[in-house]
Amino acid sequence: MASSEEDGTVEEKENNNKKRTKSALTTAWLTFYNIAMTAGWLVLAMAMLRFYIKKGTHKGLYRSIARTLKFFQTFALVEVGHCAIGIVRTSVIVTGVQVCSRIFMVWLVASSIRQIQNEESVILFLVVWTVTEITRYSYYTFKLLNHLPYFVKWARYNFFIVLYPLGVIGELLSIYAALPFVRRSGMYSMRLPNKYNVSFDYYYCLIIVMLSYIPLFPQLYFHMLRQRRRVLHGEVIVEKDD
Amino acid sequence: MKHYEVEILDAKTKEKLCFLDKVEPNATIGEIKSMFHRTHPQWYPARQSIRLDPKGKSLKDEDVLQHLPVGTTATFYFRDLGAQISWVTVFLTEYTGPLVIYLLFYFRVPFIYAAKYDFTTSKHWVVHLACMCHSFHYMKRLLETLFVHRFSHGTMPLRNIFKNCTYYWGFAAWMAYYINHPLYTPPIYGEQQIRLALILFLFCQIGNFSIHIALRNLRPPGSKTRKIPYPTKNPFTWISLLVSCPNYTYELGSWLGFTLMTQCLPVAFFTLVGFIQMTVWAKGKHRSYLKEFRDYPPLRSPIIPFIL
Repeated sequence: MASSEEDGTVEEKENNNKKRTKSALTTAWLTFYNIAMTAGWLVLAMAMLRFYIKKGTHKGLYRSIARTLKFFQTFALVEVGHCAIGIVRTSVIVTGVQVCSRIFMVWLVASSIRQIQNEESVILFLVVWTVTEITRYSYYTFKLLNHLPYFVKWARYNFFIVLYPLGVIGELLSIYAALPFVRRSGMYSMRLPNKYNVSFDYYYCLIIVMLSYIPLFPQLYFHMLRQRRRVLHGEVIVEKDD
Repeated sequence: MKHYEVEILDAKTKEKLCFLDKVEPNATIGEIKSMFHRTHPQWYPARQSIRLDPKGKSLKDEDVLQHLPVGTTATFYFRDLGAQISWVTVFLTEYTGPLVIYLLFYFRVPFIYAAKYDFTTSKHWVVHLACMCHSFHYMKRLLETLFVHRFSHGTMPLRNIFKNCTYYWGFAAWMAYYINHPLYTPPIYGEQQIRLALILFLFCQIGNFSIHIALRNLRPPGSKTRKIPYPTKNPFTWISLLVSCPNYTYELGSWLGFTLMTQCLPVAFFTLVGFIQMTVWAKGKHRSYLKEFRDYPPLRSPIIPFIL
């Protein structure tokens, strides 16, 4: 009996060590990831500024940053993996929807429909995304390093109030601008008859995507507002105690 | 005989909702739910979740008061499960939809295809065959719901009917649109492919029905007992040796047959989505069988022999 109890405690200690080393490794990876993403979006921001200052126009700006944007926005898929294996405590579905909508905008709208790349709406959502992502990733980085300056927290939970709606406007206007080109070219579409007995019209797909913003956007927005109240409201109570 | 006193508190607000005195010790939770319903008519028994702990599991209707770990003044917590609807109602609604909707497309009712095709019929005989198979499948499901299945739960949340009907009706419309389309392309390998598909489909329909009958006979009428399903004299049930949920295995087979028969991508997609959902269910069922029965046969997999 005694020996089995001892075995039990030895095993427990090993498990605890495993848990501790696992979480040190996890923290190291997440910290690296968030620093890398902050850096990536900073690079994008710098590139966009430099282009605009040098050329004085936004025409051609998208083309110049397209590859970098594709790289860093696509890499964000990793975050869905983080939620799936549980090292980040967020819903897989919420993260998945957000990352997928970004990847959709980048790969299937902005990059593939050249004619809209000089639209102001594209620049609008690019700027919004850049500011949002720099704030968000630096917030996560500082949090992981246990050294979170108040202004970063403030920015993360206040900027979105304006940036979210602005970003949505930029995205919707861009998709809307793309519609006539999609219709004319018939891109990504498949007509009958064919041996798979299916058809797909990218034009109507885009319209459905635009309509889906109506139920989805308020849900995400109010979710962020609730988070904000919880995080910043808690802060206020602590200050009162002091 | 000592009587019990029962108080029912709201699980979230802990507010006292109901006090029952002089409750018989052999009263069941079901009877307590009926008494609670009398004082709160908006909460019929099916939507009541009664538990010993605010965050604990729901007690079963059959649980007897005196066998529960409570004193002579028993405190229970109540959670409203929301509006409920019976399983039978949900099944009948969700299965009648596809049956009717498919036929609307088959008969090329106006406003679906170009006007010149209204009320015409397809020139491909596989399209007629597909309609028969699809209709047979859903009629079988309706009849099974009415005469074969024995449900362990009476009700499910009301919102499920909207979710489920959207799924079944939506996919039925999507598939039916293409199969019955004037520009439909029949299977590449022609008669061979269709024949093979039909054999697979019929085999799995019979198999699925055999399993449903076997499961029904496992449970006496009106009871909620659970037993390990075993193969019977019917060869179609012998697959029970290898899988925990052979009904899902056969269902997958039926839809693979239908996909092959129609060579239609939306059907393949529907089969895939159904397969994913059934696998999730099968894994859950397999896990609960393993937990509930010590002597559960180790050779069995949840849905696909040896693989999944």
